[in-house]
Amino acid sequence: MTTRIAVDVQSLSKRYGDTIAAADVSFEVRQGEIFGVLGPNGAGKTTVIECLATLRRPDRGRVRVLGLDPQRDARALRPRIGVQLQSAALQERIKLWEALDLFASFYRRARDWRALLTQLGLAESADIPFGRLSGGQKQRAFIGLALINQPEVVFLDELTTSLDPHARHAIWNLVQEIREQGVTVFLTTHVMEEAERLCDRVAILSRGRIVALDSPQHLVRVFGVGCRISFSAPEPFDVRDLAAVAGVDRVERVGERVIVQGRSDGLVADIVGSLTAMGVRCMDLRAEQATLEDVFIELTGETLRETRTEEECEALRS
Amino acid sequence: MRGIAKLTWVEAKLFCREPLAAFFTLVFPVILLLVFGSIFGNAPVPDYEGFGFVDASIPGYAALIIATSGLLSLSTAVAGYREQGVLRRLHVTPLHPGAVLLAQIVVMFAMTTIGMGLLVAIGRAIFALKCPGSVPLICVGFVFSCLCFFALGIALASAVSSVRTAQAVGMAVFYPMIFLSGAAIPRELLPDGVQRAAAVLPLTHVVTLLRALWIGEAWTAHLGVIGLLTAVAAASSAIAVRSFRWE
Repeated sequence: MTTRIAVDVQSLSKRYGDTIAAADVSFEVRQGEIFGVLGPNGAGKTTVIECLATLRRPDRGRVRVLGLDPQRDARALRPRIGVQLQSAALQERIKLWEALDLFASFYRRARDWRALLTQLGLAESADIPFGRLSGGQKQRAFIGLALINQPEVVFLDELTTSLDPHARHAIWNLVQEIREQGVTVFLTTHVMEEAERLCDRVAILSRGRIVALDSPQHLVRVFGVGCRISFSAPEPFDVRDLAAVAGVDRVERVGERVIVQGRSDGLVADIVGSLTAMGVRCMDLRAEQATLEDVFIELTGETLRETRTEEECEALRS
Repeated sequence: MRGIAKLTWVEAKLFCREPLAAFFTLVFPVILLLVFGSIFGNAPVPDYEGFGFVDASIPGYAALIIATSGLLSLSTAVAGYREQGVLRRLHVTPLHPGAVLLAQIVVMFAMTTIGMGLLVAIGRAIFALKCPGSVPLICVGFVFSCLCFFALGIALASAVSSVRTAQAVGMAVFYPMIFLSGAAIPRELLPDGVQRAAAVLPLTHVVTLLRALWIGEAWTAHLGVIGLLTAVAAASSAIAVRSFRWE
């Protein structure tokens, strides 16, 4: 059985003036998966999603969504995709039900918006004007609009930005439900947890380039620093003895605490064993698995904060 | 097609929920009519070629509504939708790009027509308004003037980058225009020099045309005015088509 490709991007490049928004970006999204593009603000995520969602013409490269060219075949493609955009709005005074009813009228195979409102947990808010909805409600409303036409692929751009943790988790559940219905989900995010929780595969985008692409778990295993163990040792001992333990990459002492980094599976047991053998008492021992954030820092040397200057971001937005 | 109809209906409802726009299109001209009508009455006077003040003012008030709809309401609505991202959201749907503008134009036209209807109804009921001209010709002139000013409004929305600029430019053009063109006050009350200078304002020609049709002059006597307004409409449409942006 061959996996069908929902989104196919080959060597996509786009620049705005001197700012490179996307440079030679290539990836494939399989049908039915949740694919994420992870990167800090200004990395080029929105540019990529806009090129896929028929809004922007790439300077170079080949883009296909459901086998169609988003620019040339926009009219054939738009009925088959759902889009939630980062900087979009509805009319301030349009009631929620009117918005869904309106958008349903644009499509031939639209869903019943009443059922959709219930599924989104917005049934009670049907008569509230868009301008008076909370951030989380607006975001759910946009997801609803993106689903109204029973799309084959949905594009979600930064869907939980500026939401509180509770609203964020509700949206994540929603995205998982969407996928269970067989819809391919393409999302961008700068929230590590979001990528780890939701995505089958993640492309890490930095300054317009893809620096890694794999499942979050695999990325962590391959690029991550593995496991980090830290403990307090009130009595002095030679930390170099721990460096000899199999699988240990690095040992350092920071004040009272000793930090050990390594990659072997049984690292915690081995370290504790060695300490016991050396007669060293250790307290407050903690072990942390590396996260996608570590991978990201490792690969890009950047944190997930802005990696472009404000002016560059402005140039990207305009 | 169903989408365009639905969008038009929704936009009509939204217009009615926007008290300020509804006030200036529907209520304000009626207030003008009532205030000035009760001051000056509608007795025939030689200044207005045997018509009364109200008879002479109604075509001007019609021009006032047309200018309000085109230069203020339509331009800020379109520029606002672009600035807020409403156009961007609609752009990724299968809706035809022109449908958004069409819906706005249809709603503005309907509201302008209702405003005009209110004026005529109140003018007849209270001031015994006279209309010697041909009603079908007046309607044609009204539609033509609307198209001209709606094109101007969309050109304005397309040419500027923000809704604030659209509002500022719209008002900067609108206020001198309604007073100098003879829309808000009969031009006979203005000095000759001002009247001559007002010939550069498109609204002056709308007032001229609507007044001529209202009192039953032959439209063929005003081909120059019609030509000028056609040129304004064509130039505005060209600007709108060339510079319209979704975001």
